[in-house]
Amino acid sequence: MSEENNNFDVQIQRHVQGAGRSFTLDVSFQTAARQTVIYGPSGAGKSLSLQAIAGLLQPDRGHIRFQGQTLFDSQAGIALAARRRGFGYLFQDYALFPHLNLRQNVAFGLRRGLFNPGARRTHPEVEHWLRRFELSELAGLHPHQLSGGQRQRTALARALVSRPRALLLDEPFAALDPELRERMREELQGLLQELQLPMLMITHDPEDLERFGQARLELRHGRITQTR
Amino acid sequence: MNPEAWVALALSLKVAGWATAINLLLGTATGFALARWRFPGRELLDALLTLPMVLPPTVLGYYLLVLLGKRGWLGSWLHEQLGITLIFSWQGAVVAASVVAFPLVLKSARAAFENVDPQLERAARVLGLSEAAVFMRVSLPMAWRGILAGVLLAFARALGEFGATLMVAGSIPGQTQTLSIAVYEAVQAGQDASANTLVLITSLSCIAVLLSARWLAPQRSAA
Repeated sequence: MSEENNNFDVQIQRHVQGAGRSFTLDVSFQTAARQTVIYGPSGAGKSLSLQAIAGLLQPDRGHIRFQGQTLFDSQAGIALAARRRGFGYLFQDYALFPHLNLRQNVAFGLRRGLFNPGARRTHPEVEHWLRRFELSELAGLHPHQLSGGQRQRTALARALVSRPRALLLDEPFAALDPELRERMREELQGLLQELQLPMLMITHDPEDLERFGQARLELRHGRITQTR
Repeated sequence: MNPEAWVALALSLKVAGWATAINLLLGTATGFALARWRFPGRELLDALLTLPMVLPPTVLGYYLLVLLGKRGWLGSWLHEQLGITLIFSWQGAVVAASVVAFPLVLKSARAAFENVDPQLERAARVLGLSEAAVFMRVSLPMAWRGILAGVLLAFARALGEFGATLMVAGSIPGQTQTLSIAVYEAVQAGQDASANTLVLITSLSCIAVLLSARWLAPQRSAA
């Protein structure tokens, strides 16, 4: 398997100290699959791994490559900032900006300057994704006025509008009730098919693993213990 | 009403206004640094910067005299290099009022920034924003209510500043005699009518500021 065929090539170590717990993350895997799922119990280091890949957490040692491009390499002294990695990130609680309306949330990444987009400013790309997720009618509302499913769609639209080269998903369905969870799984699966977008998901839900995992990794106590 | 009262009020507003503007910038910046960056001595620095809130104003005034006086290390440098003398000037009163009111902005700014969910800042970084843009577009808009409440308290505190100001700037009518110092002088001189007016003006201004601060304060996380 040549290097460029890998979507993710990760080999990192990071020591974390905090709140009475000392923890060593020692994760290494390579995956050529379009859809990779990392499965494991909470506290295994899933979120830390995903944050390291996104550039939100700096590993002590190792490397992170995506489709042959080095994003982080401790020996070569390379550490690309999160904003330059070009990933879309779906946070577990969606992390929508409470002070901005839905349209501004979706448009957030299109303008990189010092000021937020105006409340009523429209942009074709933004309007496209609002329509695609049936959010156009709600575009003036603020996140706390939305249902769980609408929040997730908004977060997805916000991630996709900047045309990411891969999607990183942190427990994407954990915050939803069971019925909605099933519907959103189908919606996401359809979307990933349609866009042919590589994704890396972390989850503790075996159902997510079953549905999304073309490549399946198991993470326990900060280490990858099983690869399928 | 006697014109001296208006002069004193105008001077008080000028001094408190400058002190508040300085604290808005320095207090917000320091509060953000203390909330976001971990460095050795962080809590010690916070304690030192909060000291003006608990130290007797006279002690603070003495420190400032030692520092800013003609023979003080900062005062002598300012005098020799830039020809600036802060002691017994309204600018000196601004320095005194700023130092006294600084902790109020610092404390509320730090608390307000610590209340901002770090996840939101991470989301902004992944979406392509620089650190400056994350601050301007996420951290500051989420924290500004808390900061503003502290800034208004600092304004009220600066408006009422007496001890340190008297020691550093003295009591020169029309130049450094602020409202609170004018009250003291009027009472000392037995001018009851004048004292009454001054006290009333001071109380009303402070009530107005406190009401505005209260109106801004209910800062339940607008999730």
